[in-house]
Amino acid sequence: MSAALLIDILLWGSVLGVGLLAFRRGKPVFKASLREGSMDFINIVPRIALGVIGSGYIAAIIPQEVITGWLGPDSGWLGVATAVVAGAATPGGPVIGFSIGTVALKSGGGVPQVVAYVVAWALFAFQRVILWEIPFMPARFVWFRCAVSVPFPFVAAAIAMVIGKP
Amino acid sequence: MSEPFPNNPAPAEDAESEPRPGRIRKPIGWSTIIIAVLVAVSAALVWRRDGTEGVLDILTHDLSLFGGILPRVLAGCLLGAFISEILPHEKVSRSLGPNSGLMGLLMGTAFGAILPGGPFTAYPVASALLAVGADFGATIAMVVSWTLIGYGRAVAWEIPIMGTDFTLWRIVISLPLPVLAGALGRFVYVRLYPKRDAEDDET
Repeated sequence: MSAALLIDILLWGSVLGVGLLAFRRGKPVFKASLREGSMDFINIVPRIALGVIGSGYIAAIIPQEVITGWLGPDSGWLGVATAVVAGAATPGGPVIGFSIGTVALKSGGGVPQVVAYVVAWALFAFQRVILWEIPFMPARFVWFRCAVSVPFPFVAAAIAMVIGKP
Repeated sequence: MSEPFPNNPAPAEDAESEPRPGRIRKPIGWSTIIIAVLVAVSAALVWRRDGTEGVLDILTHDLSLFGGILPRVLAGCLLGAFISEILPHEKVSRSLGPNSGLMGLLMGTAFGAILPGGPFTAYPVASALLAVGADFGATIAMVVSWTLIGYGRAVAWEIPIMGTDFTLWRIVISLPLPVLAGALGRFVYVRLYPKRDAEDDET
């Protein structure tokens, strides 16, 4: 909770900082960007509402056990590939993603596979992509970024195999 | 950013002379429709399994989540708008544009790593960078850096759940990835859209 508070303070502190910089450029600049930011907010709220309120239903029909099952002790590259698919398919927020990773580590999942899972989840968990990234960014960029990101969970797993356990 | 006054009029003029690409698009698009269908189908499945009560349980929980997130979304939108207004377009396209080289990718990575907040800040800010002249490569480096080596999610979620050792180790492994992803992005982009790249070069 205190971490969340810290993040909020940093966040609004940054808004204040760049807002002040914009204000020093002149009142019209400040007003224009304030209006623009507010308009963006108004435009984005319906989509965020749909995503956040709807994501609970999506998470409810993809039970965590299914994802955890994919992260079994299957070592090697097939296990890494399964972990990448599992990371992309994991619904819900960071609590679910990291909890699944922890469960997999404790129940005998390989470390490179869990690293691949966490990295894949961070890079292109489908729910974050459709809920957050698509509303805010040009769709062309989002798909391009996701496609380009596909090799990197494998790269992370390879590095993990080379340098060993934490 | 460090010398705001001497070139005061330049950014404003710049912003007016070429209409800025809309950072955030219309509220309804095909992706919204897909999500709406996905949510409707999921909600129907939940209703069949758990009845009306199950549907309402999830609804109230997610509504409170939504209420908590809203102020942060506003902060993210304001941050994006201010940043796109105060960053001089010329400088951004020089230091984060298609010809910014490794330095541009490193700057994108550094920017993503220090950016505060969650997805509600990272994506509006990334979108603002794209709008003021950063290329896909540098922006990919920024987004990937935010998600893999940014401290926000690591401090708030990963360390408490997965432990400090695993988290730090995972971050060390991830260190080269943003630059590599940005480089790959640039490499592919130039080959996919050679014409657009040429246009960018002119500016």
